[in-house]
Amino acid sequence: MPVVPDQVIAMPAAVELMATLAAKHGELMFHQSGGCCDGSSPMCYPRGEFLVGDADVLLATIGDTPFYMSRSQFEYWKHTQLILDVVPGRGGMFSLENAEGVRFLIRSRVFDGVEITALRAAGRV
Amino acid sequence: MATMTALQPGTYGFPVSIRKKYNNYIGGEWVAPLSRTYFENVTPITGQILCEIPRSNAADVDRALDAAHAAKRAWGKTSVAERGRMLEKIAQRIEDNLEMLATIETWDNGKPIRETMAADLPLAVDHFRYFAGVIRAQEGSICEIDSTTVAYHYHEPLGVIGLIIPWNFPILMATWKLAPALAAGNCVVLKPAEQTPMSILVLMELIQDILPPGVLNIVNGFGLEAGKPLASSPRINKIAFTGETTTGRMIMQYASQNIIPVTLELGGKSPNIFFKDVASADDAFFDKALEGFTMFALNQGEVCTCPSRALIQDTLYDEFMERALKRVQAIKQGNPLDKTTMIGAQASSEQMEKILSYFDIGRQEGAEVLAGGKRATQTGDLAEGFYIEPTVFKGHNKMRIFQEEIFGPVVSVTTFHDEDEALSLANDTLYGLGAGVWTRDMNRAYHFGREIQAGRVWTNCYHLYPAHAAFGGYKQSGIGRENHKMILDHYQQTKNQLVSYSPNAMGFF
Repeated sequence: MPVVPDQVIAMPAAVELMATLAAKHGELMFHQSGGCCDGSSPMCYPRGEFLVGDADVLLATIGDTPFYMSRSQFEYWKHTQLILDVVPGRGGMFSLENAEGVRFLIRSRVFDGVEITALRAAGRV
Repeated sequence: MATMTALQPGTYGFPVSIRKKYNNYIGGEWVAPLSRTYFENVTPITGQILCEIPRSNAADVDRALDAAHAAKRAWGKTSVAERGRMLEKIAQRIEDNLEMLATIETWDNGKPIRETMAADLPLAVDHFRYFAGVIRAQEGSICEIDSTTVAYHYHEPLGVIGLIIPWNFPILMATWKLAPALAAGNCVVLKPAEQTPMSILVLMELIQDILPPGVLNIVNGFGLEAGKPLASSPRINKIAFTGETTTGRMIMQYASQNIIPVTLELGGKSPNIFFKDVASADDAFFDKALEGFTMFALNQGEVCTCPSRALIQDTLYDEFMERALKRVQAIKQGNPLDKTTMIGAQASSEQMEKILSYFDIGRQEGAEVLAGGKRATQTGDLAEGFYIEPTVFKGHNKMRIFQEEIFGPVVSVTTFHDEDEALSLANDTLYGLGAGVWTRDMNRAYHFGREIQAGRVWTNCYHLYPAHAAFGGYKQSGIGRENHKMILDHYQQTKNQLVSYSPNAMGFF
């Protein structure tokens, strides 16, 4: 069986920021945004605060933190691995890092053919 | 200012004086946040600190809601003539101070003064005037149910409205929501974007004598600390938001807990479609179409309706792109305060980082870079500002750069063979806010435009935002239509008085 690649990975700075936020706010969750302004930002909330449902896909669990995206958006994103990173900045609406002077940022990597095959075989894409 | 630099407010362009520290505007007074904490507001032009802005929290939001609720009864009872007159005065005050406000907006947001002078501020003036007029023309209705029964329908204000404003057109986006909300007789608590809070406060200073205390309240701060308590408060009767989809869902979620209406404008990935016949003559119209293509760079691409996907007929492509790329190369980028500058700075460093991340993914997906594709190097005072080169990618519609709102001066170009393919590409998107159709064949323009799943189809034009033309999205682009009298419905209740003019009992009991 080929190795199924992670669909979301977190850079060390993201893991560190998640630990800081978890210490302040408790368990976390992510939902990947789209659209205007702060669109494309991974929004970080106290776990359970954002209602997910059949319209969402659980892409990954980073540590114990679930990372979701809307199913319709995932259709356009599924050929890429998401890399959760942190940059200086502000905003992000109601995302928990909003007042920390930093922002979660998604970078991306296009899966190669072998990875896509493995993801398909595993029913992940 | 954090450091001395030649390029400071007052040293270049229209002389403006900026306070070191601004406050919240609540109940007709400028008040410090209850926590006494402030954050630094940076100008994207130089990356330097402009001023301090209140870092408010739920207690300040509550205070503003107290003021709004205290004012709402009297304000809701004012005549439409009185309210219209106040909106006219606001419009006039903006017009009389247009260059000052335009300069402040440019300092706060980074967009070129050419645009704030010719678009942001004049459009805000026009919107206030439009709603000043249209509220007086609005009528209720009378329905004669039968010879003794009459239904009267009255418009009533909802009460207190929460407005969360984006950073791309701070004054204009506030105006799109404020003008109808106030015209309809509501009181408002407004939270400006933390990236661009200053211009709305300068505007408020200018118009504070016009509105009664408590009618318009402004609470500054971060989305998490001030926006969220406003959006989730059980004391608002409606929330209006412009931003992205996840926060849009969150706002609907909060609204569902309070059973209040929402209007949402959540962006798009607008197709700009060019048919072969645009080049059938090398004339003024062809030139206009080339400008239409280049509109992706307007406001640094930080527009919900940025024409960020150009679909070009394959038989037109070579001829069109040769000219279009020259047009892109002629875009003058630099000091946003210079009146000849066409493209300024992105609104924030994080916005610039996001755009750069899309340059990376576009290249990985195999898109060809036809122009730009990197941070624009500036020198001197601008060196630390947030500038991105106008960028043209060529690729295909399934690439992420064709599907996500980059919110930068970036257009992704692809070709189509016929109308069917053009339509399929145009509608192959999660969003449906804007679209552009360019053709000399008006029959085609009509039928094709009607098939596009988008709320605004510019036909042989782009990026016009006049009042009296409804603006809003299909699909995931949101709910509601702004800029038109129909938005009044979203800020009003309907009261029905059902009156019997018969003295006789119904006969049931």
